[in-house]
Amino acid sequence: MGLGLSLTAVIALILLVFAGVKGANLHLLFGAVIPYAAFIIFTIGVIYRVVKWGRSPVPFRIPTTGGQENSFPWIKQNKFDNPSTTSGVIVRMLLEVFAFRSLFRLTKSELKDGKLVHGSDKWLWLAGLAFHWCFLIILIRHLRFFTQNVPFVIQLFEALDAFFQVGVPLLYLTDIFLVGAVTYLFLRRVVFPQVKYISLAADYFPLLLILSIAVTGILMRYFIRVDIVGVKQLTMGLVTFSPVASESIGVIFYIHVFLVSVLFAYFPFSKLMHMGGVLLSPTRNLANNNRMVRHINPWDYPVHVHTYEEYENDFREKMKKAGIPVEKE
Amino acid sequence: MAKTKIPNPDELGKIDYTPPKKHWMDIPVEIKPDMYCHGAKAKSLKVVDFPNARDWTPAEADWKLPEDWKKIVLEGISERLKKYRTFHVFMDICVRCGACADKCHFFLGSGDPKNMPVLRAELLRSVYRKYFTTGGKIFGKTAGARELTLDVLKEWWYYFYQCTECRRCSLFCPYGIDQAEITIIGRELMNLLGLNIEWIAGPTANCYMKGNHLGLEPHTIKSTIDFFVNDIEDITGVKVEPTFNRKGAEILFITPSGDLFADPGIYTAMGYLMLFHELGLDYTWSTYASEGGNFGFFTSNEMAKRLHSKIYAEAKRLGVKWILGGECGHMWRVWHQYHNTWFGPMDFLEEPVSPITGTKFANAKSTKVVHLVEFTADLIKHGKLKLDPSRNDNLVVTFHDSCNTSRGMGFFEEPRYVIKNVCNHFHEMPDDTIRERTFCCGSGSGLNASENMELRMRGGFPRANAVKFVHEKHGVNMLANICAIDRAALPPLMDYWVPGVRVTGTHELVANALVMKGEKERTVNLRNEPLPEKGGDSDV
Ligand code: SF4
Ligand code: SF4
Repeated sequence: MGLGLSLTAVIALILLVFAGVKGANLHLLFGAVIPYAAFIIFTIGVIYRVVKWGRSPVPFRIPTTGGQENSFPWIKQNKFDNPSTTSGVIVRMLLEVFAFRSLFRLTKSELKDGKLVHGSDKWLWLAGLAFHWCFLIILIRHLRFFTQNVPFVIQLFEALDAFFQVGVPLLYLTDIFLVGAVTYLFLRRVVFPQVKYISLAADYFPLLLILSIAVTGILMRYFIRVDIVGVKQLTMGLVTFSPVASESIGVIFYIHVFLVSVLFAYFPFSKLMHMGGVLLSPTRNLANNNRMVRHINPWDYPVHVHTYEEYENDFREKMKKAGIPVEKE
Repeated sequence: MAKTKIPNPDELGKIDYTPPKKHWMDIPVEIKPDMYCHGAKAKSLKVVDFPNARDWTPAEADWKLPEDWKKIVLEGISERLKKYRTFHVFMDICVRCGACADKCHFFLGSGDPKNMPVLRAELLRSVYRKYFTTGGKIFGKTAGARELTLDVLKEWWYYFYQCTECRRCSLFCPYGIDQAEITIIGRELMNLLGLNIEWIAGPTANCYMKGNHLGLEPHTIKSTIDFFVNDIEDITGVKVEPTFNRKGAEILFITPSGDLFADPGIYTAMGYLMLFHELGLDYTWSTYASEGGNFGFFTSNEMAKRLHSKIYAEAKRLGVKWILGGECGHMWRVWHQYHNTWFGPMDFLEEPVSPITGTKFANAKSTKVVHLVEFTADLIKHGKLKLDPSRNDNLVVTFHDSCNTSRGMGFFEEPRYVIKNVCNHFHEMPDDTIRERTFCCGSGSGLNASENMELRMRGGFPRANAVKFVHEKHGVNMLANICAIDRAALPPLMDYWVPGVRVTGTHELVANALVMKGEKERTVNLRNEPLPEKGGDSDV
């Protein structure tokens, strides 16, 4: 469900730009107004969502422990999968965010002749990691469009990314990996029956959107020439708040920019917020030290209990008969 | 077990994991016999003042709900979103990657797609979307949102009582989304409408009034333990002398009442008694705080707190220095992760120190509660126990990690250290089925009733399957554990899937190996079975 709808939506978005830029000459709208709006929605939206989560307190410290706890000195603790200190938690979170530690554990269980067999399954981990890292690097590379003199760090990224020095213009590895990874992530939703069964439009849409963004980007860089001077003029104009949208740039650029804008604007309303959520996830970001350090529940309240006195009143005679000491004879 | 008419293992083991053609939202819930527990009785809910106490039958159409049930549920959700960051975040960030899908023992044992943790969550998340998110309000089903209807409510009930809150899904989820937490909150919502199961509500009521799940009254607790004392004397020639509700004892000992009740838990309880006697430990049992387990935890967080507050009230009344807790899974999840928040600071207690070895339990310095297996591991490490592991030579042992102590604590090496010191033959199950990746017994979180036996056998299938592997490969014939529910739930599971494997608590193994001062020549173990011959089959 939702695949057709998502596909239609992405195609409609592309056609919209086509009509808007080619037909109605709305260069400034697509080149500046919409990107600005998207950026504002993104920033405010993300902050709003994170603040809203943050306002729900964490009443209990319930990390999911993934290894040996802190015990006697002679028992080796798994400090990162079951941290008992803040520094341990920081490492756990870094591993989670930058290396997808939990996904790395992934297994696949299959039934063979009545027996369940569990095997390691790293594909999702690999594709997920490749996708996120490439996306980040590509994003950083794009900063060259927003700075007058391209900073050294960005140049370094570019150089590394084009390590093999093939093609004119130089081929970026991240471009290939990104498309490959997104394609895998998309295909598994269509091919694996269980994943297909749980997938929603909200799962296909961002994948197709990102794939379209990548493809338009690649087309622009390697195949369809755009007026690069015009592009830089526009992007620099955006950061200096004096955008000039040139008509000579080529519609493919506007499509690319518009899809990116949609992605940004869509972000805070969607599951893409998992980026912020993982940092706030109480099963991961807390130390397993409950018996050492008390965790406070801000809304804790007194509860009704059955007191010892009431208990003894119920059973005093029976207790006395059995020789169990009582408070009141 | 024998009473049930569930299919035989060959039949039950044929599981189809292919999802149906129809979208899950279009498949109405079917409350299948042998897969659910009886509804909570009016009298059980009344004891603890829970709403909508009435007798009802899940299989019948009319669940006798209050007029405004929908409003109650939606307000319940709204309140909990504001109270629990877990719930709030988990409702929002699932990307439906499916990493958790085949991690749930109920899915692996049933193939029912709604037992995939991600879909179990979507059952509730879909309603959350409809009433609490803009996208869900506007786009409805396309956005994965749906109305809260009576059918949906029944589906929640059915599937939230097909989750043992084991957290295996949470371990693999890239964002730590913990279906156990969602189930806990889902069950809280159910309890706003009186929709508990009797297997949980009954023990909860018992525990509230009488101090333990089984409803044992003080004199019965004493007489039960007196029986153990006699048996121990018969077997060892040593008379152990436990005390009850004794003021001024150094240590208060608390264990699940299940250990007092049925085979093989009672042998574990006898093990406790023998160990403490041998050490000359200054400890007391309590008849008021006579339950370490907490079926309130399977009801609502508030109910859990109401039940366990007895433990600290009793510790204070008796003036003990610290608390020692027996072998149990969910008990330790609650003791470890919740007690300090609910009942701290425990400044009327002292930092626990082992009176035998002088070891300070630094990892328990704030709550002052020590796990018995920790305590024993420390004794063995310091050479304080005289052990003859050959008395367990008839056993080829493997260890089942309880979900709660594994993923809510990380208690792995302590029990292994103890077991390996009291048994000569020990083999681990496959790596993907032990420690943090352990599979549930299939009956946790209050689902160890008898009317849901098919569910239990299905849920326990992955665990049993791993036991079968070592049974066939190494001749494993004993499944050790540190959990009272395991001791109750695993024997029928083994009889069903892996006949020939029996179940034991860890301290039963300890007590069999323990050479006590002044004991007579032992000829039988705690189960009254002849001890293996010396030098006999030592190389099994
Ligand atoms: S692993 Fe986590 S994010 Fe993935 S489907 Fe399961 S709950 Fe959702
Ligand atoms: S907590 Fe355990 S039983 Fe519940 S959904 Fe997750 S894996 Fe299944």
